[in-house]
Amino acid sequence: MGGAWFEVAYLVAIILFISGIKQLGKVRTAKNGNRLASLAMLLVVIGAVGQLNERSHGAGVDWGWIIAGVIVGGGIGAVVAKKVQMTEMPEMVALFNGSGGAASVFVVLSFLANEISTTLKALPDSVSLADAMGWDTTLALALSILIGGVTLTGSVVAYGKLSGKVTGDAVVYDMQHQINGGLILAALVLTALIGWVLGPGAAMSVSVFLALLSLGLGVLLVLPIGGADMPVVISLLNSYSGIAAAMTGFVLKSPVLIVSGALVGASGLILTNIMCKAMNRSLLSVLLGGFGQTAGSGSSEDAREYSNVKSVGPEELAMMLEGVSSVIFVPGYGLAVAQAQHVTRELGDFLEAQGAQVKYAIHPVAGRMPGHMNVLLAEASVPYEQLVEMDEINPEFKSTDVVVVLGANDVVNPAALDDPESPLAGMPILNVHDARQVIVVKRSLSPGYAGVRNPLFEADNAHMLFSDAKVALQETLNELKETVGA
Amino acid sequence: MMIFLIVFVLAIFLGFELITKVPPTLHTPLMSGANAISGITIVGALTCAYFTQSPFMANALGFLAIATASVNVVGGFMVTDRMLTMFGSKKEEK
Repeated sequence: MGGAWFEVAYLVAIILFISGIKQLGKVRTAKNGNRLASLAMLLVVIGAVGQLNERSHGAGVDWGWIIAGVIVGGGIGAVVAKKVQMTEMPEMVALFNGSGGAASVFVVLSFLANEISTTLKALPDSVSLADAMGWDTTLALALSILIGGVTLTGSVVAYGKLSGKVTGDAVVYDMQHQINGGLILAALVLTALIGWVLGPGAAMSVSVFLALLSLGLGVLLVLPIGGADMPVVISLLNSYSGIAAAMTGFVLKSPVLIVSGALVGASGLILTNIMCKAMNRSLLSVLLGGFGQTAGSGSSEDAREYSNVKSVGPEELAMMLEGVSSVIFVPGYGLAVAQAQHVTRELGDFLEAQGAQVKYAIHPVAGRMPGHMNVLLAEASVPYEQLVEMDEINPEFKSTDVVVVLGANDVVNPAALDDPESPLAGMPILNVHDARQVIVVKRSLSPGYAGVRNPLFEADNAHMLFSDAKVALQETLNELKETVGA
Repeated sequence: MMIFLIVFVLAIFLGFELITKVPPTLHTPLMSGANAISGITIVGALTCAYFTQSPFMANALGFLAIATASVNVVGGFMVTDRMLTMFGSKKEEK
């Protein structure tokens, strides 16, 4: 290969990917970083096309397959990217994780099919795949199928949970851990069969079987994980899609695949870690699933235990907000569901015009994916400076007149701080209970994901506004406009 | 193969160093950007068999590989750009 031009293209692409991902981590340079990475990808594709052409030795590349694939896949990607609502971003990222995993599986299976039909064809069945291709390549091949397959169906289940097509509850079944353990063991056995026991002739069908097993495993692994743990799951699947790509790189001996896959794998792991910390849970406890299950069974009774709950309507909220000097909005998943980001911003702008200081407090796991609330509020053109992180805003609640909680629950549950028995104990929360007045806009008293009652709802300084966030805020805004206008 | 393993390990560490201090605002764009970069399997997809004499099975799998990787590449970069444009615009307004 000694310095073929496409090798140089790959090297330049690696440099561009690294600087691109570095710039993606800073607000000011993020956009440029994304463009650098897309430039790198273009370079890589040009290089790969050149390499393919060279490798074919004029034997005739069937470009039809390639062009059709790019048009179909690129078309789907472009339409989704243009049409997707910011509230649906978690679902979209889940699906993209899945297609990344699928791509790895398809590449590796296609590679194997081709190897079997060419170089491995002449070999007798007594020669194992590991002898013919090397044990390391064989192992990478199996891992690529396994991780890619789990990523694909795991992401599809995550998508189902996020979009409400599959129950968001933690689905726990008997012998869950034994079944999953058994499947992983079976995957190891299949890997051994592919590489070391059967000849190349049988390797393809067993590999397809391994792929099917991985698909089943992906479903079973994500099903027991509840909806609000999705920020962790999506981050982890994001990481898996990168690791699967890197494994594919080992099979194809392609450094650019290995490096880019590893970068994606690392970035997903970092986000996974941030999400776990923000929930004070270990990754293992999230993955084992079933969180909130036991507490959840008694939750309907818990909800009835609330005493001293003060319910208000939009008119009262408008009165409380009239003439305040400081307001903090606390958005949660309910805001996304109600699509209330635009009216929230309108209300915020109105209050600001009346002289109030308006801020938005963002808990790291509010919503269903890392940064979900930031994207939503950015879509509604809330200035970046008004979004304040948890650690920074917590000391400010004490001196805040009114806090409006919009469809958030567990992330503002003071039981996490003062009840060591609570399943939420130790989770960092937004200290909204410190504010002079708290209004919780929520459709009902139903417990949050953790199935834990929230003492905030019956606190002396708290009022409940039972309504859809969008409807409630719109009425509040109308009310305020009338009062001020009159 | 060892050299590839070394490259892999170094790249993981490099990724940790580069990304550790990402502000929460960028978590979602970082993920969708990572989605796009994981579309790098398109390189793998392009080294698949597309030769006229390759078996149909290899060609068909190669087509699926190209298609799924293209979803990531095109969709990932476009949606990330769309999101980051929303972040950028209001700073200029202000």
